[in-house]
Amino acid sequence: MSAVVAEHDDHHADEHHDHGPAKGLLRWIITTNHKDIGTLYLLFALAMFFVGGAMAMVIRAELFEPGLQFVDPAFFNSMTTMHALVMVFGAVMPAFVGLANWQIPMMIGAPDMALPRMNNMSFWLLVAGVLLLASTLLMETGAPNAGWTFYPPLVLQPITVGKALPFAVFAVHLLGISSIMGAINIIATIFNMRAPSMKMMDMPLFVWTWLITAFLLIAVMPVFAGAVTMLLTDKFFHTSFFNAAGGGDPVLYQHIFWFFGHPEVYIMILPTFGVASTIIPVFARKPLFGYASMVWATGSIAFFSFIVWAHHMFTVGMPMAGELYFMYATMIIAVPTGVKVFNWTATMWKGAMTFETPMLFSIAFVVLFTMGGLTGLMMALAPLDFQYHDTYFIVAHFHYTLVPASIFILMAAGYFWLPKWTGHMYNEKIGQLHFWLSAISVNILFFPQHFLGLAGMPRRIPDYAIQFADWNMVSSIGGFIFGLSQLLFLYIVIDTIRGGTGEKVTAEVWEGSSNHSLEWTLPSPVPYHTWTTPPTVVPTEHVLDSH
Amino acid sequence: MSTNVAYYIPHKATWPVIGTAGLVTMLAGFANYLNGSSSVGPAFMVAGLVVFIIMLVGWFTLQAHESETGMYNHDVGISYRMGMMWFIFSEIIFFAVFFSTLWYTRNLSVQWLGSGATKELLHSAYQATWPTNGPGDVGGKFEPMSAWGLPFLNTLILLSSGVSCTWAHHGLLAKNRDQLIKGLIVTVALGFLFVMFQAFEYHEAYTSMGLTLGSGVYGSTFFMLTGFHGFHVCVGAIILSVVLFRSWKGHFQPENHFAFEAAAWYWHFVDVVWLGLFVFVYLL
Ligand code: HEM
Ligand SMILES: [Cu+2]
Repeated sequence: MSAVVAEHDDHHADEHHDHGPAKGLLRWIITTNHKDIGTLYLLFALAMFFVGGAMAMVIRAELFEPGLQFVDPAFFNSMTTMHALVMVFGAVMPAFVGLANWQIPMMIGAPDMALPRMNNMSFWLLVAGVLLLASTLLMETGAPNAGWTFYPPLVLQPITVGKALPFAVFAVHLLGISSIMGAINIIATIFNMRAPSMKMMDMPLFVWTWLITAFLLIAVMPVFAGAVTMLLTDKFFHTSFFNAAGGGDPVLYQHIFWFFGHPEVYIMILPTFGVASTIIPVFARKPLFGYASMVWATGSIAFFSFIVWAHHMFTVGMPMAGELYFMYATMIIAVPTGVKVFNWTATMWKGAMTFETPMLFSIAFVVLFTMGGLTGLMMALAPLDFQYHDTYFIVAHFHYTLVPASIFILMAAGYFWLPKWTGHMYNEKIGQLHFWLSAISVNILFFPQHFLGLAGMPRRIPDYAIQFADWNMVSSIGGFIFGLSQLLFLYIVIDTIRGGTGEKVTAEVWEGSSNHSLEWTLPSPVPYHTWTTPPTVVPTEHVLDSH
Repeated sequence: MSTNVAYYIPHKATWPVIGTAGLVTMLAGFANYLNGSSSVGPAFMVAGLVVFIIMLVGWFTLQAHESETGMYNHDVGISYRMGMMWFIFSEIIFFAVFFSTLWYTRNLSVQWLGSGATKELLHSAYQATWPTNGPGDVGGKFEPMSAWGLPFLNTLILLSSGVSCTWAHHGLLAKNRDQLIKGLIVTVALGFLFVMFQAFEYHEAYTSMGLTLGSGVYGSTFFMLTGFHGFHVCVGAIILSVVLFRSWKGHFQPENHFAFEAAAWYWHFVDVVWLGLFVFVYLL
């Protein structure tokens, strides 16, 4: 490879002579540049984080006290449904795609993503899908409110969906196409665009985890698309897939949904693992402990994620052999997950650690994600899950795996790479304040939900029995603090983009980081085009341990 | 094509956002139509579809032009092939969902409905046999589709089209343009013939066999699987027509013909899915 663009054709030459961004707003609409598209994804995800967060505030406000205070029950259910959909498909997944766009080409020495036009389309399909979904909020019959899992027969009842169902189904189709395009692009980029000097086993773990995540996406997004398509035909075209009178079975929907749904939760956590494995060694000033075992653990978690889905259905009715199989298979996932937690800890062991904001968030991730994993193990025990299922216990479980894990790591990634992307340093004091407020309030918010669940409070209800009042109030207070604290993050992002502390950042930004990964050998801020010629030497500090 | 040309990175893409706008307009219209809007809904659907088709024509024309003027080096070709390969993989998964549904229904849910307490307490007269429209006799009496009429003929048609497609490919590789074009004409013709026969079959089912999408779970799985497949045959035949048109215009070289390869892969994929359908939907 010598230069990025070849001029062959006079007819198009005017387009290709121009290597910088287009002028004005149009730049962002027609861009094919991986950094521009990464920025679009990240800003969109941040916006959706606040939209989904506002819905969560509605939920916590209603649950502040027993009784019906602010919203009617149908709207409350719309909020739980839309909160989950917006956070999963609008915030967490797109944020990681944004990171992938920015980082993967820079980390593997590629000039851009392999299929830049498709990259642009992935982003706009995402926006289109979310808009289609959000449009239901404005309809007189309201947004979908049967839960983000869309279980039939509930979701097919007129009272629960109103006019929202077809919009939700088509939104899922668009989001699915968007994710599949994004995943294909990532796979082609990693396999085909890597600097010749970088072997697979030299790749930073963030790249590895995204490669594996991309395969998960291609393998399960069509499954979700198929499931909702059958909902649509059952509702509007007289089919009987989920209708026992016609020989179908509503439980089939649950099987299909969770065949998608369980890998889906790993789609949100594997890139999280990748970022954590990238940040921790830099601040521990040590190579990552057990690079190769990290790669294998990621691969085996991905593999197992396909064969454990029915742990979401223990109480639904399954043959005993099924209950046992899904129980043991689920518990096996804890082994590679444990390997990872051990490796992160061992990376920090005797490291020359410093505690800048990205590291603080990463350490909190290791601790609090482990909490979520442990409650997962508890629920994996089928007989115990009969008590936990559909209670606030599971709400606590998955929020520990998603908020102080995925979301915290996304924040860490923001603090870690913003100086590289913008060339400006963020305000460390406010960053630390943001961290401590978040880390404390997230526990006030979610820890009491374990107690509520164990005591039997069901999820997805706007009102509750009086004995649940105290812990709900505590949880809501934690929620409000957590929600407000995130405004600090918004402030920091805007402030850093606009100049931050004014301090000049070096190419490395973090001491020694250029030994870990390629992007730190590029100037800060990174130029619009990077690696137009591939690097000849790649840093291998991160894999030292396995060579 | 020359090896020293760099990886081509396009700038300023306008088609993706146009295509997205078309697609979302079409789907919003369809959703409105399903909710009972008979004017706005269809209007949006048509408008969206038109924009989407314009995008397809525009985008693919651009790609063909870039390919023919030698802007894609070997590596770009690899990226495209990977893209197509994993796209087909995602399509395989999509079909697998419906095949699994058929399996689950036949072997599990219908059996459960027709045995044990469910049968005794709820519908003791129900016999768990296949084909079935369930204990509720949903959709009324129907006749199942036999494998040995049109479906068998269609199997022969699709298999032959796979052969003619490969023959055309050999023509391309041997720089025999005549063979390439003839092979493609035969392939496309067989493709559309298949679709026509399937239309006859559906007509027959609806008008004289009482078999509809509403015929319980048999009708649902039958039409869902064969319908999505038929749609893919249409798409494949259209793609092959475009490839035929381009071959006739003199496009493609033995070392540079990604579009042909992609179309051929897609066609073989559609072929294999049909074999699965023939066995699991019609035969068994
Ligand atoms: C050691 C690893 C894990 C185990 C053993 C585990 C186990 C489980 C089980 C058994 C359930 C079903 C509980 C019930 O419905 O009664 C569940 C639910 C859930 N888990 Fe996990 N889990 C693990 C990790 C994760 C991770 C990493 C995530 C996300 C990043 C996650 C997200 C979820 C979500 C979102 C649900 C609830 C879905 C719903 O019903 O809406 N889990 N988990
Ligand atoms: Cu799960």
